[in-house]
Amino acid sequence: MLAALKAPAAAAAAARGFFSSAAKATAAAAPGASSFAFSDSTFATHNCEDLPSSTTATRDELLGLYETMVLIRRLENACDQAYKGKLIRGFCHLSTGQEAIAAGMEAAITKNDSIITAYRCHGFTMTRGGSPTEIIAELMGRRAGSSKGKGGSMHLFAPEFYGGNGIVGAQVPVGAGIALAHKYRDRNAMCFSMYGDGAANQGQVFEAYNMSKLWKLPVAFVCENNMYGMGTAASRAAASTKYFTRGDYISGARVDGMDVLAVREACRYAREWTLADKGPIVLEMVTYRYGGHSMSDPGTTYRTREEVQHMRSTSDCINGLMDRIIQSGLATEEELKAIDKKARATIDKAVAEAKASPEPDMSELFTEVYAKGTEPTYLRGRIPSENHYF
Amino acid sequence: MQGVNESRFIKNTREQALANPELAAVKNSETKKLNLYQAVNEALATALATDEKAVIFGEDVSFGGVFRCTMGLAEKFGKHRVFNTPLTEQGIAGFGIGVAAVGHTAIAEIQFADYVFPAFDQLVNEAAKYRYRSGNEFNVGGLTVRMPCMAVGHGAHYHSQSPEAYFAHTPGLKVVIPRSPIQTKGLLLAAIRDKNPVVFMEPKILYRAAVEQVPVDDYTLPLGKAEVIKEGKDLTVVGWGSQLYVLERAIAMAEKRMPGVSIELIDLRSILPWDIETVTKSVNKTGRLLIAHEAPQTGGFASEIATTVQEHCFLRLEAPIQRVCGWDTPFPLVFEKFYVPSAIRCFDAMERALKF
Repeated sequence: MLAALKAPAAAAAAARGFFSSAAKATAAAAPGASSFAFSDSTFATHNCEDLPSSTTATRDELLGLYETMVLIRRLENACDQAYKGKLIRGFCHLSTGQEAIAAGMEAAITKNDSIITAYRCHGFTMTRGGSPTEIIAELMGRRAGSSKGKGGSMHLFAPEFYGGNGIVGAQVPVGAGIALAHKYRDRNAMCFSMYGDGAANQGQVFEAYNMSKLWKLPVAFVCENNMYGMGTAASRAAASTKYFTRGDYISGARVDGMDVLAVREACRYAREWTLADKGPIVLEMVTYRYGGHSMSDPGTTYRTREEVQHMRSTSDCINGLMDRIIQSGLATEEELKAIDKKARATIDKAVAEAKASPEPDMSELFTEVYAKGTEPTYLRGRIPSENHYF
Repeated sequence: MQGVNESRFIKNTREQALANPELAAVKNSETKKLNLYQAVNEALATALATDEKAVIFGEDVSFGGVFRCTMGLAEKFGKHRVFNTPLTEQGIAGFGIGVAAVGHTAIAEIQFADYVFPAFDQLVNEAAKYRYRSGNEFNVGGLTVRMPCMAVGHGAHYHSQSPEAYFAHTPGLKVVIPRSPIQTKGLLLAAIRDKNPVVFMEPKILYRAAVEQVPVDDYTLPLGKAEVIKEGKDLTVVGWGSQLYVLERAIAMAEKRMPGVSIELIDLRSILPWDIETVTKSVNKTGRLLIAHEAPQTGGFASEIATTVQEHCFLRLEAPIQRVCGWDTPFPLVFEKFYVPSAIRCFDAMERALKF
């Protein structure tokens, strides 16, 4: 018992083979495309048919996925730097290591589909169409930020991306509501309602499961299981860490969340499932965050440095895809390095633009509390001369 | 409820109902005798008929709900628009926020205001701030959350509370409490159509007790606007919901026992934002103020009114501002009559203010 408690969750997961990478390229399935087989441990299912044992991808698709993941990692690194340089303050949660989920999901869905997630949201904001400048400027509290600097890290939004939500688990029933609106409008669109392994224990999650199944809503609940809810290993917080089965009466699948092609395949599966009027589905993306929970957490007090290093060297999503691309012969290492360089330039430019953006005007303090034209007579400042009259 | 049938604020005829200048837009309307829950039903039916994006959900609402407010709506508008939820207040609020975030009109019912606390996080952190924290990219203006509030005679701890002050502390929300069927229909339609999330509290004791001739046509009444329902010159009294009928009786006692005295009564209607202008104008005229609400005194909304009025009317005040409220205890079953700000307690405070 003691030994089981002490065993780092991630090492146990690795032993179960979640991350045993991947899929060797086989003979091209179609001109310009290669077929990639998944390993036996890529997927596991709960009350649904097996996911495909292989997928195909073109050169453009692979390079696109690669570029997205590299951009997210550069973005997160830039945030880390800016935070350490005191340009960003407050709360900030980075997704370094988990990039495959945002990239793979976006590649599987349309712009009409919706995503809502928790506070580890920078990557999703970008894949949904938010610019790196908007994101970094928001974190810095600048006017060019996606919420004009009024929200900061946890509060990022983009078209059909309903945030960035700071309250653990609160976004999950909101995602169910978004799905109802899609169904009501007959839009042939669905919603990914995302949460972490920590939030998976919130009561609201189960309330949302129940409503969604009852009303057959087109929603995919996606648990990003990065092994630790803040500083607590998943197995210490959850009676069952088989998050993909915790919908009970809702079918589910566990997915190697470090394999971007597996993420894409699973999200396609979930999208088709929900749009075929089968109701909700639960996906568990097994992943790993390299950094701490937030900027104030070094991330090494509840797990070993060796564990983090092991995950980086054996399971990294970007390296995994790079190996596949090169082995398949669809692109060269030089071409990938050119993408790296371009991503660095893009993010550097965004940082410069964010730094150059001024802080929002004081008058913004009082805007958007109420709809324009429906405000109360005034909102109070700290002292009477700061009162804002509409 | 004592005093409602005889109240002069209840409009028993079409002429009385339509004499209200706020109803000028429907002055040719027919009227129909409705109690307060039927007025809620009328407003909801109007919302569903005029807004195809409107949906209603809550515990048992497709069967009419425990107070019959949604009776017949599922049959008339379809079960896909009026549907039951599980017992999941937090889920209901979050779900409503999601529906509204996409631009729909979400009308949620919380079965009793006392049950709203699991949904408090969703309303305070998600609904109220959605517009602000998304830089106006999204908002949940289409969200209205209805809930029955206030004492009912036997409700005890969990079927009696008036949580308006908690929500009044939340910029981004609006909070509304009507006093009668005519007011309910107009204010509820305004709340549903308002571009901000609104918490709409219905005094449950009035569901059947208050009956008026309600205009049949579609109309709204202004949010954020109080109404002077009785004019007077010596004391301003502010209340909302069913407390107004208690205050009416207390005023009648005071005016009878102190000949020559006349007391002004204001129905605040909107708790947030509240109509500072109407209240301070009245206090600047009378020089005295009494506020009464059922919720506990400490941190109750009367505190906010009292503070604001002393800022605006300091030199004009002739007596300390009187607060007559629930005691700072849970709402007791057996002591309800002693707990609520009864007509006698209100009368005592009026006398204190007038004889100071």
